[in-house]
Amino acid sequence: MKEEGGNIGESLEAVALVKVVKRQLEDVMDPELPFLSISDMGILRDVIFENGHTICIITPTYSGCPATDIITKEVLAAARVMDPKSEVRIAMSPAWTTDWISDKAREKMTQNGIAPPEGLSHDRAFLTGDNRIIPCPICKSRDTNLVSPFGSTACKASFSCNKCLEPFEHFKCI
Amino acid sequence: MNKSQHKQALLRLGDDALILGQRLGEWCGHAPALEEDIALTNIALDLIGQTQSYLSLAGSLHEDDTQTDDQLAFHRIERDFQNLLLVEQPNGDFGDTIVRQFLFDYYALFRAEHIASQDFDIDAAAIAAKAIKEIRYHADHSSKWVIRLGDGTDESHSRVQKSLNELWKFTGEMFTVDEIDIAGAASGLLPDLDSIKTKWDSAIDAVLKDATLKRPEDGWMQKGGRSGIHTESFGFLLAEMQSLPRTYPDATW
Repeated sequence: MKEEGGNIGESLEAVALVKVVKRQLEDVMDPELPFLSISDMGILRDVIFENGHTICIITPTYSGCPATDIITKEVLAAARVMDPKSEVRIAMSPAWTTDWISDKAREKMTQNGIAPPEGLSHDRAFLTGDNRIIPCPICKSRDTNLVSPFGSTACKASFSCNKCLEPFEHFKCI
Repeated sequence: MNKSQHKQALLRLGDDALILGQRLGEWCGHAPALEEDIALTNIALDLIGQTQSYLSLAGSLHEDDTQTDDQLAFHRIERDFQNLLLVEQPNGDFGDTIVRQFLFDYYALFRAEHIASQDFDIDAAAIAAKAIKEIRYHADHSSKWVIRLGDGTDESHSRVQKSLNELWKFTGEMFTVDEIDIAGAASGLLPDLDSIKTKWDSAIDAVLKDATLKRPEDGWMQKGGRSGIHTESFGFLLAEMQSLPRTYPDATW
């Protein structure tokens, strides 16, 4: 991204500012998955420097996700601790995909009883195919069944385990 | 297409999603099973999200100053809404709701696939690209229910066939071309409706076959939504949806 002002001093300052804002944003959590940061989720796309201030670029997960407003406010609050003029920009394209969720985040989901997305979003078999196997995050059994493709939040489907009989949520592949 | 036509085209995308989302929201707390209550309202949420994006974009093309998505949703009158008559039809029983959804989902899917691939309006393309991911889940859900009800008991079969027969007259409007469609297709923004119809026919026929349901004859088709002429129940829907923001115009969350 283009940085305003040509002198080296200003661009060094910009680089430093972007760095501290990024670090500050590492603590912003997803309000619906409070054990995961928005960075782990791939919602925070980048922090750039433009027109003398930082811009935090975020991509919402689902069109109607009510968490987007809260995330925007929390990002702004966190970023402005380091850069009072920081702004948030919503980037719609490319559309958010579960492919951006980090391995660390997938591991944390499992630890918290949510089956992480399986496979890649461009593989249609994982989107709505009937043959997908979602292992139980609790007992690890692969003998599970889909209760409903919709769950407690827009991003999750409801499953149950045929072995330990526990219901669990699956983060849908999109 | 000129700016006014461009705005109209985006309003249609937003209005289809808004009105169907509002109808589905009426199921909240009333669906036949908890999972379905959650499913229908999740779909409503996706649709309202798509609405916000499309109406905000439409509002940015307003002649004088920018209109917000809320202004467009809550402060327009009946004649200014351009949604399909199909999406405003009352919920009826669960089968009616599912068939309405099924008929719309594939139309919405193929339309979104076109919009996502054009570059006349890249903001609309971004909204559509996101919406596709959601609509695929909606279409999967409604298709499976059509099959389950159609290929279920004698009672569920006859009732869902009746839903299909009664809603069929609203499907012609999806593929009726008017000046906005012509201008939209010429600019690239909107799809050629004939090609959408071909895809829609084969998707619908495949599901109906599995569901052992009979595709109704294309008889007389009811139209009007695209030009602001709505069915009787629409006024009641708007009254409920708009009453709070109209009574308290400055209300905020």
